Amino acid sequence: MSTVVRYADVEVGTELAEQVFPVTRADLVRYAGASGDFNVIHWNERVATEVGLPGVIAHGMLTAGLAARAVTAWAGDPGALVEYSVRFSRPVVVPDDGVGAEVVVRGRVAALQEDQRVRVDMTVTSGGEKVLSLARAVVVLS
Amino acid sequence: MALDAGLVGRSYPPSSPYEVGREKIAEFARALGDPDPVYVDVEAARAAGHPDVIAPPTFAIVLSLGAGEVVLADPEVSIDYSRVVHGEQRFVHHRPIRAGDRLVATASVEAVRSVAGNDMLTTRVDLTTTDGEPVCRTSSMLVARGTA
Repeated sequence: MSTVVRYADVEVGTELAEQVFPVTRADLVRYAGASGDFNVIHWNERVATEVGLPGVIAHGMLTAGLAARAVTAWAGDPGALVEYSVRFSRPVVVPDDGVGAEVVVRGRVAALQEDQRVRVDMTVTSGGEKVLSLARAVVVLS
Repeated sequence: MALDAGLVGRSYPPSSPYEVGREKIAEFARALGDPDPVYVDVEAARAAGHPDVIAPPTFAIVLSLGAGEVVLADPEVSIDYSRVVHGEQRFVHHRPIRAGDRLVATASVEAVRSVAGNDMLTTRVDLTTTDGEPVCRTSSMLVARGTA
């Protein structure tokens, strides 16, 4: 396995290219099928609002999966990602308006660890609000 | 109702083996819109040093969700699933999950908490091959809103 970014080339503060991912209702249906998470709050407006949500929301793991994409694309090898943790701080509301929502992922190298491990801290927002907090990935660079 | 702190540490029987298929990996990568060829192209995966196509790092959620159902089905874990949202998620990969893996999932209760009227349940799932090789550990924290 070899990564595009090399351990020797990064330092604390190195920034990842910002990535913007559109999320539509169709994406939620596709993710429900692929993941097996058929919780109704991800496709049924009536139930979502009945339980107090602003509307149908994206699967947290879809948002987290998109954020991970930003890291693996940067590293150049998805197999390099060895640890990944997120806290879902705010739901990504996905309106049925033909446009949907946008998830914006930024990241910066927060720590260089032993064994060529690099911790990347991510800032993940939608509509200007932070939707993931404590989003951290550890990648092993070559 | 509040979750019983005595549940912490409870472990459930291992799942039957889950056979990781190339098509399922490709479907999951498509759902993330991820164009990386190591998810769909065996030659690209081999060129990158993997024996077969590998799964996106968050693919483990598929097995984790399935394995976590035994915890939610435990009569002593009373959670209203329609009120559940995902609070936190963590993955530790020993190596990438890849096509051809036969994975056994073992779920256990890692933590329970009640805060501000919400029940929080953290389930840990250990994924190993049928030969016993550790592959991935997941921790999922679910929040049942307004049930405590």
